[in-house]
Amino acid sequence: MTTTATNELFQTEKEELISGSEAIALACALADVDVITAYPIRPYDTVMQYVSKLKADGSFDCDFIVAESEHSQFEIVKHASSVGARTFTGSSGVGWFYAFEAITVTAGLRLPVVAMVGNRALDDPGAFGVEHNDALAVRDLGWMLYWVATAQEALDIALLAWRVAEDPTVFLPFAVSCDGSFLTHSQAIVNVPTSEQVNKFLPPYDRGKLQLHPDNPITIAPQVNEDWLMEMRRQSDEAMHRSVGVIKKAYEEFKEIFGRGDPSPFVEEYMTEDADIIIVGMGTLALPVRVAVRRFQEAGRKIGFVRVKFFRPFPTEELQEILTKCKAVCVVDRDYSYGAPSYGGVLFTELRSALYPMEKRPLMLNFIAGLGGREVHVNDVNDMVDIVQKAIETGIIEQEATWIGVRDN
Amino acid sequence: MTTVQDLPQIKGVKNIPISEGYTSGHRTCQGCESALVMRLMIKAAGQRTIVVGSTGCMYVANTTYYSTPWVVPWMHTQLGSSGSAATGTAAGLASMMRKGKMHKEPINVIAFCGDGGGADMGLAAISAALQHDEYNLLILMYDNESYANTDIQASGSTPYGANTTFSPPGKETRIMNKRWKKNTAPMLAVGHPDVKFVATANGSYGLDFNNKIRRALTIGGPTFIHSIDPCPKGWDYDPKFSHELGMLIVETGLWVQYEIIEGELTLNGPSRAIARGIRKRKPVEEYLMRQGRFAHFTKEDIKIFQDRVDESWEKWWLPGVIPVTMGQD
Repeated sequence: MTTTATNELFQTEKEELISGSEAIALACALADVDVITAYPIRPYDTVMQYVSKLKADGSFDCDFIVAESEHSQFEIVKHASSVGARTFTGSSGVGWFYAFEAITVTAGLRLPVVAMVGNRALDDPGAFGVEHNDALAVRDLGWMLYWVATAQEALDIALLAWRVAEDPTVFLPFAVSCDGSFLTHSQAIVNVPTSEQVNKFLPPYDRGKLQLHPDNPITIAPQVNEDWLMEMRRQSDEAMHRSVGVIKKAYEEFKEIFGRGDPSPFVEEYMTEDADIIIVGMGTLALPVRVAVRRFQEAGRKIGFVRVKFFRPFPTEELQEILTKCKAVCVVDRDYSYGAPSYGGVLFTELRSALYPMEKRPLMLNFIAGLGGREVHVNDVNDMVDIVQKAIETGIIEQEATWIGVRDN
Repeated sequence: MTTVQDLPQIKGVKNIPISEGYTSGHRTCQGCESALVMRLMIKAAGQRTIVVGSTGCMYVANTTYYSTPWVVPWMHTQLGSSGSAATGTAAGLASMMRKGKMHKEPINVIAFCGDGGGADMGLAAISAALQHDEYNLLILMYDNESYANTDIQASGSTPYGANTTFSPPGKETRIMNKRWKKNTAPMLAVGHPDVKFVATANGSYGLDFNNKIRRALTIGGPTFIHSIDPCPKGWDYDPKFSHELGMLIVETGLWVQYEIIEGELTLNGPSRAIARGIRKRKPVEEYLMRQGRFAHFTKEDIKIFQDRVDESWEKWWLPGVIPVTMGQD
């Protein structure tokens, strides 16, 4: 027994000047989410302020629960999801880490919770600015993980998130990663779709035979050991494999219904044709990089940009195809991984692993930039490209990972 | 708020429902009182119930993959999450029923936790759950006075001086656990005045236990029950004495049976008789010396225990319940 509500707020398509957080709050109302849990931490929590106002104004009917910790926030939606409710929650930085136990069991239980991560540097020292290490920490656990670059994309991908997560062949949680401040708090013109469009795209969540209900008296998550756990882990792995096809299909339908989107749901290419050097990065970093790339191209230099949108599932094949055509790859990490191979960042390490089986491998250089919310300027991008260009010319990589825009003393 | 089920108080042992919701398939120890508590709980609640259990004995010993004793829908939750699990389950049901996404009917929501999961790790989440008047839910804390599933380690609910694997008596220090048992039920009752039902319970008083479960599920809003469960493994006694020890802890006045219904406290069973002076408290020594975990106690240690119990009955504002004495004007 399922119905989909048509919200009076979304009778006609309209354009609004809103932040990424507000865009996701509107997506919650459009998706008719049933249970939402909030706990304050900057910068993600603005989304919950918008949700609570929508509820207070009578524009959105949901159970909005102010939890007493991030751990409870994620536990509450986990259990609401198990009885069949559509859910949304979120966090930032160390708040996300406080919820980590609940975050990992949500994926283990194959519950399609959708969460927003307002990327924030991890304490200590306390810092508000963006770093990607918070969201990246779930990369091994069975969460789908997406980095948005605009407020419009935040709204669109939130809708896609429920669609894919709640697909019975997937049933995995989905984290929508948004750069703190640059996306959570920056306003842009967003096309807000109608309820009718959303209802066409997003079917009601049906937990099916896994629903916890007296009519279906199942036991969920009994203790297993070496006898069964490995089979269950493989099932989650297979679900992540299947998500690729589900994402592709859903994205095609999305473009048809809403009339916008990129050619690929997984990566965004910018001036990569015949490029000698391709810069790779995630999130709002795209803004300064696109400007730098445009200027390079205007000056006759073949520099392109690829924005990795889905980090999980990782778009291995797409990136293999795009990046083996260029001479050198310039990976920009807004994260760190102390002691990792070559002391590189997380994206760099993953990308290098993805390209290893290829016959023709480009040079790969890594740049750690924009940590703690430090702005990445066009000049920083130019510096990175200079270093990569030098490596191409000499054939020697002097240093694989370089910190950019950092004071020496 | 969703309505509640019609679960009248059971008058007499002969009227206890025959149907079972917790049957074979568990691997609890012989004499496990917590297993009896689970059985009494679901017997009183009936089939239209969702049970969520946090990590502990009643998870690990009960539910092994392909072997579950639960006839009702059951789900595991994390050690400190009984409060959040109850809230989330109730919220999911309430939201979908209100919005017409699920057939409307009152479904009992019970989350249980051990003393480690409840009185220690999960206290904040239980407190938060008890603030949500809009959800009908029950949190049952089965207290066997240690982390009994992991290896009998001391919890905040372990009695003073008890021998646990984290508080073993040694050559230098005889009493390693110097903490007095946490007074969980009154703490939650006093701290959440809108909660309509808080009670203590004990598997040795089965009918009383059944009826407290029913009261908790029908009164409306969030409720809390704290049960004391003798544990042969953790308390170190012959399994056949579980029932007897459950009675002795009440008869010595160490444990007090009561229920607080909408702010009004009533003592139950032997606790009531003791308070009225009808019955004399048995010496605490009788209870302590039946258990290996207190075998290292000296006369002085026993006296410390007896003095604390005497004080709680003679000086506390509410005997055995609220550890506050009236000040002089």
